[in-house]
Amino acid sequence: MGALEVISVAAAVLALAGTAWLPSRVLRSVGGAWAALGLLVGLRPLLGFAPASVVALLLGAAAGWRLPEALLRRIAFALPSLLLLTYVTAVLMYMAPGSPFANERAAPPEVEEALRERYGVPDNATAFFAVYLERLVVEGTLGPSIKVQGRSVEDLLLPALPVSVSLGTLALVLSVVMGVALGIRAGLRPGSGADLSSMGLALVGVSLPNFVVGALLMLAFGIGLGWLPVAGWGGYRHLVLPAITLALPTAAYIARLTRSGTIDVMQQDYIRTARAKGLPERMVVAKHALRGALLPVVSYLGPAAAAIMTGSFVVETLFGIPGMGQWFVKGAINRDYSVVMGTALVYFAMITAFNLAVDLLLAWLDPRVRDEL
Amino acid sequence: MSSVGGRAVNASGGRAGSSAGPWIQAWERLRRSRAAALGGLLLVAITSACTLLPWLLGLDPITTDPATRNLPPSDLHLFGTDALGRDLLARVLVGGRTSLLIGLAATASSVLIGVLVGGAAGFYGGRVDEVLMRFVDFLYGVPYMFLVILVMLLFSDTARGDPLPVFLALGLVQWLTMARIVRGEVLALRGRDYVLAARALGATDIAILLRHLLPNTIGPIIVYATLTVPGVIILESFLSFLGLGVSLSWGQLVAEGVSVVNPLRSYWWLLFWPAVFLSTTLLALNFLGDGLRDSLDPRAGAGGTSRSKAPD
Repeated sequence: MGALEVISVAAAVLALAGTAWLPSRVLRSVGGAWAALGLLVGLRPLLGFAPASVVALLLGAAAGWRLPEALLRRIAFALPSLLLLTYVTAVLMYMAPGSPFANERAAPPEVEEALRERYGVPDNATAFFAVYLERLVVEGTLGPSIKVQGRSVEDLLLPALPVSVSLGTLALVLSVVMGVALGIRAGLRPGSGADLSSMGLALVGVSLPNFVVGALLMLAFGIGLGWLPVAGWGGYRHLVLPAITLALPTAAYIARLTRSGTIDVMQQDYIRTARAKGLPERMVVAKHALRGALLPVVSYLGPAAAAIMTGSFVVETLFGIPGMGQWFVKGAINRDYSVVMGTALVYFAMITAFNLAVDLLLAWLDPRVRDEL
Repeated sequence: MSSVGGRAVNASGGRAGSSAGPWIQAWERLRRSRAAALGGLLLVAITSACTLLPWLLGLDPITTDPATRNLPPSDLHLFGTDALGRDLLARVLVGGRTSLLIGLAATASSVLIGVLVGGAAGFYGGRVDEVLMRFVDFLYGVPYMFLVILVMLLFSDTARGDPLPVFLALGLVQWLTMARIVRGEVLALRGRDYVLAARALGATDIAILLRHLLPNTIGPIIVYATLTVPGVIILESFLSFLGLGVSLSWGQLVAEGVSVVNPLRSYWWLLFWPAVFLSTTLLALNFLGDGLRDSLDPRAGAGGTSRSKAPD
């Protein structure tokens, strides 16, 4: 890592920190501009350049004009942080020993030079990042894959994206539904059977790596009972076992969060008030307790999505699912810089967008946060 | 720390209590928790088995032998042998050394980073706090497997089997919750009278932080460190599964065991024994951590909202 990289990272970190004190006018234009730029890059492959830029401009302007300041501050923070993350990815990749062209048997320097030129991989991370960004913004592409001959990174990732997204979404939904249901039942009657089973689930979640759980599920339901396909990718039936495997650890954690949230909420004065006015217990729980008990879960959704992404590397490998995680691991091992960058960028963009959505949801659920916005 | 001292505290309270110190009281509370005691005992047993037994029994985890491939457990090989004819008992015990070492070392580095960042944020407050915590929040949202895999690549030239890269990479991503906890504690403590008194006596910031604030946050630090170890060990097993781990650890053995799961010929012992050791250790650490939380940090509820680590 050279001085240039250190200075760039430090500058980016300072710039990011600075978004906390942007005056509101600057914030409105910066936030709007970032929103427009992010939308443009994201929508372009879907809509084409002209329609995407019109939509992005309109939405960006609307965002800068109408959105509450706290939310704009998050947007102003989000895009540079995305850049910082991808930059750090590039720097780390360049620091690792080896290069994409290292195993080209003793290529003469001019050949390597030509290859680097052709694939847009200069010999230092900052120049690479600049080339990469320019290509992304000007041409709207993620560049050619270095190791998979004749394919661009989009060619590789576009089929993998829906696979990973559907698996991840299903796992997230499953983990929230299972976790909340178990956690509430456990929290309403601490010490009961429901409480013990949620504790049991939590213990499995923290004590067995999920590839072991997955292998056992595969053995039981795929091979033993023959109900579900063992591995691979096809219809929705292929999703069931991987999604459950992926959801379990997060479900366990959410169950514990919901349980303690429920116990806390049930002791609040407003619950006593609700009971005192004669509401049936079912209504007390559904109308009053649920909201309060769910708040910690909603604010955990961001880290939960990150945890599911982390787990998906392992689960995709175990079940032989052609998702994005595999491309990242393969790319990292083969030093396919553009594949690593592309996968990281897509993942980081998804998680950033998701976190923004969670902030909105939290604001809608919690009046205290709403007032802050 | 005898139980007699502890009982004296309970019986007389007051002065005896203050002279016996909070540690003895905490020890007493810990002893009363059966799960924590069981966890502690199991840990001591597993740790000493892993460190001492291979040496005492002269077990050899490395030599391969084509004559003893894939043998089921027997008197000669208590846990059976693997596909290269190596004794599984030896491999599980020696692998345990690596896993425990990685768990401890990564936790130590996460404590170091977490205490530095959290301490600075809580102590200086204001903008320092806001900036540091903003970054902690930001890093929370990053799927840390990316960073771990990339950091592991940096060391891909070093000899396989060297645990150093693994715990460095894992320690780098595990300090976030520690920073939050330390920050919260320091923030709550720094307005106390004794801190003001120390300041009035001319103590420097560093002295106040080191002598007065951090010692009072040691309880939560120990609790969360205990709960970090199992997280690290599980992450290491993920890396092993992806082919990025160290050569001989529980994670590696479990991953090998999973790779031979098939309905035709069952080598169940290859998965069973490493998995039993791995999950017993993780369970024991979690029990111990929960027990420690109840005894050292009575304010935190047993349900544990103070434990906001990603649960994998």
